[in-house]
Amino acid sequence: MRLKSRHLLGLEGVSRQDIELIFNTGVTFKEILSRDIPKVPTLRGLTIANLFYEPSTRTRFSFELAEKRLSADTVSFSTNTSSVQKGETLKDTVQNIEAMKVDMVVIRHQAAGAPHFLARCCDTKVINAGDGAHEHPTQALLDLFTVREKYKKIDGLRVVIVGDIKYSRVARSDIWGFKTMGAEVAICGPTTLLPYEVEKMGVKVYNRLEAALEGRDIVIVLRIQTERQEMGLLPTIREYVNRFCLTPPHLAGLRENFTIMHPGPINRGVEISPEVADGPYSVILSQVTNGVAIRMAVLYLLSGGRLPNSRRKARAS
Amino acid sequence: MESDKLIQIMDEVAVARTITRIAHEIIERNGGVGDMVIIGIRTRGAILADRLASEIERIEKVTLPIGVMDITLYRDDVQNKLEQPLVQKTEILFQVADKIVILVDDVLFTGRTARAALDAIIDFGRPRSIQFAVLIDRGHRELPIRADYIGKSLSTTLEEKVVVKIKEEDGIDGVLLGGR
Amino acid sequence: MDDYQLVVTGDEMIDPESGYSGPGTIYIKDGSFFKIEKKKLSQEQSKGLSNASRLIDATGCIVGPGLIDMHVHLREPGREDEETILTGAAAAAAGGFTSICCMPNTTPPLDNHGVINFVVERARSAKVRVYPIGAITQGQKGEIITEIGDLVEAGAVAISDDGYPVMNSGVMRNAMEYARMFDIPIISHPEDLGLVGSGVANESFNSTRFGLSGIPNIAEEVMVARDIMISGFTRCALHLAHLSTAGSISLVKEAKSRKVAVTCEVTPHHFTLTDDLLESYDSNLRVNPPIRTKRDVEAVKEGLKDGIVDVIASDHAPHSQEEKEVEFQAAPCGMIGLETSVGLVVTELLEKGIIDWMEFFKKLSLNPATILKLQGGRLQLNAPADLTVIDPKKRWVVDPKKFKSKSKNSPFVGRRLKGKTRYTIVAGKVVFEAQS
Repeated sequence: MRLKSRHLLGLEGVSRQDIELIFNTGVTFKEILSRDIPKVPTLRGLTIANLFYEPSTRTRFSFELAEKRLSADTVSFSTNTSSVQKGETLKDTVQNIEAMKVDMVVIRHQAAGAPHFLARCCDTKVINAGDGAHEHPTQALLDLFTVREKYKKIDGLRVVIVGDIKYSRVARSDIWGFKTMGAEVAICGPTTLLPYEVEKMGVKVYNRLEAALEGRDIVIVLRIQTERQEMGLLPTIREYVNRFCLTPPHLAGLRENFTIMHPGPINRGVEISPEVADGPYSVILSQVTNGVAIRMAVLYLLSGGRLPNSRRKARAS
Repeated sequence: MESDKLIQIMDEVAVARTITRIAHEIIERNGGVGDMVIIGIRTRGAILADRLASEIERIEKVTLPIGVMDITLYRDDVQNKLEQPLVQKTEILFQVADKIVILVDDVLFTGRTARAALDAIIDFGRPRSIQFAVLIDRGHRELPIRADYIGKSLSTTLEEKVVVKIKEEDGIDGVLLGGR
Repeated sequence: MDDYQLVVTGDEMIDPESGYSGPGTIYIKDGSFFKIEKKKLSQEQSKGLSNASRLIDATGCIVGPGLIDMHVHLREPGREDEETILTGAAAAAAGGFTSICCMPNTTPPLDNHGVINFVVERARSAKVRVYPIGAITQGQKGEIITEIGDLVEAGAVAISDDGYPVMNSGVMRNAMEYARMFDIPIISHPEDLGLVGSGVANESFNSTRFGLSGIPNIAEEVMVARDIMISGFTRCALHLAHLSTAGSISLVKEAKSRKVAVTCEVTPHHFTLTDDLLESYDSNLRVNPPIRTKRDVEAVKEGLKDGIVDVIASDHAPHSQEEKEVEFQAAPCGMIGLETSVGLVVTELLEKGIIDWMEFFKKLSLNPATILKLQGGRLQLNAPADLTVIDPKKRWVVDPKKFKSKSKNSPFVGRRLKGKTRYTIVAGKVVFEAQS
């Protein structure tokens, strides 16, 4: 089986069939993770580079663990430079990748399209681990996988994403992913934090939290960066909290058996109150295991075809 | 069309007899079936493992734990393929540590599948021993692997094809040889 | 024997000033138009030419006054690694331009007569005529106006802070009021930086999809409206550079209906490309103003058809490969255009019936000449003989290896175009001749 694309750059345009293939493969890997020796030799001899140009612990650990569980050789690079340094580092990286004969690259970058740049310049497979405000496909896949595990289906679920949609790559990937899998998706946030013509993504748009939550199964709460206030998009954080912070009284409007998700890291008391964040409806822990399983599935499915015509075709016994 | 050229080597009765014989051999060699588990390699090996277990149960009145193994992730040719094989679930819902594992497959050929299966079992724990049962051994090993229980040995050429048919998958039981 | 420097004859000679279009023969002596006949050269006539006279038979081609690109960046002084006055002029010649006007955002900027002199001096050995445009404000900082009188005397044909908007309306008012004394236009780069913010791409559903910070239409339109108002108030001629939005075109239309002294230009990329293409994140598509939506492209074309848009200019902006081979948002803005302009105008406008050849020579020759009061733009006896001969049927593929420009940053690489310059003639001298 095979994914349509050589790379995983985003979920926009990825078919339902491909997402289901990733899920089905993810189920197998989740079982492997529960074994005494949670490791398989599948990607032995494959070199994977993890390039993190933006601080990240959870996503990076998750990818590194997934790679190690598949027995790949990994090199990791991370930097905390928050400003784009005229991109020179990325160009250098391209040359390093070629020199090191890296088979796959996992990249997190503050510039939207940086993974596309690598995919265009190098003969390697690229997995987007978050690019600017564009997409974060593996996060959305693990969100979807976790939801599917709990509800046994995604079709017909009512999802709402709350917060800074404009600058959120998770929001974009979640919207495409949940829409493709048949969920009904709404978004809610202050108008200054909604991107232009976002309704064309096929989502309902709300500016009032109570209305947005009505009858929802899944609430995905996004992190609010304090720099949005410095950019003048929010008058004060206090005003945001007053209008958009998810608190216990809000939960009354949700459907039974609802789920609260947060891609983390959480600002308790800003976008979500501690009582809700740490409540029993949170699926954060299963998200961690699922994150590794789903990333293993993606790595495995993209790993084929390294040596197209070398060696004689190995015969199956 | 192709099946026209195939010659039948074993029919349904022969397959059943062979499984019965192998069941007896396993019991005899191990002096009973204590601490024994059976693991079949997907897809036809798993069905044969089920049949072997029923046969042993009929003879010994003991129900053995049965596991199913998908060796895809242990293959040594994963990165060479343009398309990744679909990974199916491995279900071994028991401990293999200190057990006698009877590993079952339909055909033993290059030995690569068996090699992958051995690695996979050892990742689940350290069995006391692993014994390998196959319906057909067609030769042409590429690895130093042998079977402990063999239904039938066939001398074949590399170009020939051995087709094992199992009711649950193919509607009939039988072994066919063809090619050239 | 009649002795001429050059004789050009063909079935399709166009003079946008008189409106003549038809067969013609142009006789050039001492670098000037000596005689212009409205018929093709006969066999006998051609036999009557001396051996020293060169004859160009432009049958099947279009012959018109030399093309003028009033908006290019030549990077000299400062970034000679990207382009020089000489290489830029060579690219212009290859693209069919006999005159180009270079913008002042060099290092140092063209904000004093010394630097203007430098450009004028360098341009003497260039293949085509190069006219400098001086800065509006000192250092292009938008604060204090330059010595405009001095700049004009040194050879500046207009003033502009292109690359940077003059954000302070008071400064713009002073600049226009002052510039009016010298009878030169102010070329505005209409962009409100507050509305641009951190934007790198047109704000649309596409910027939302691609996660790129948006530059809204209003970032341009607010400034277009402001500068039209200041122009109306000061009565200074205003030329609006590289308009890209439907709103800007309608603002100009409205201003022209009120007889405000305003003219405007659009670039080939703004009537060809839309922001859907940013899916590739190709940094060669990063340009300021950004490529917009289909609706804007349609409005720009409509403006060209209606005559609201006076000029087509390339905004030729060379950048080194190292600077462009980066993430989209980190790349500098701009693309080269001198060598693809004619092909794009023919392919996108002529072939699609948006404009005809008469309009072609108005927007690429007569109008820029009139706005900047340059020689050329018309077939006029005794004037310097600048001509462009275009093969309208020539099909070609944009190949960066063939660029004369020092830089290769073009999103049109690999594109199939129709229409190519055959000869470029400056003062009777063939400065470019296409390999057939």
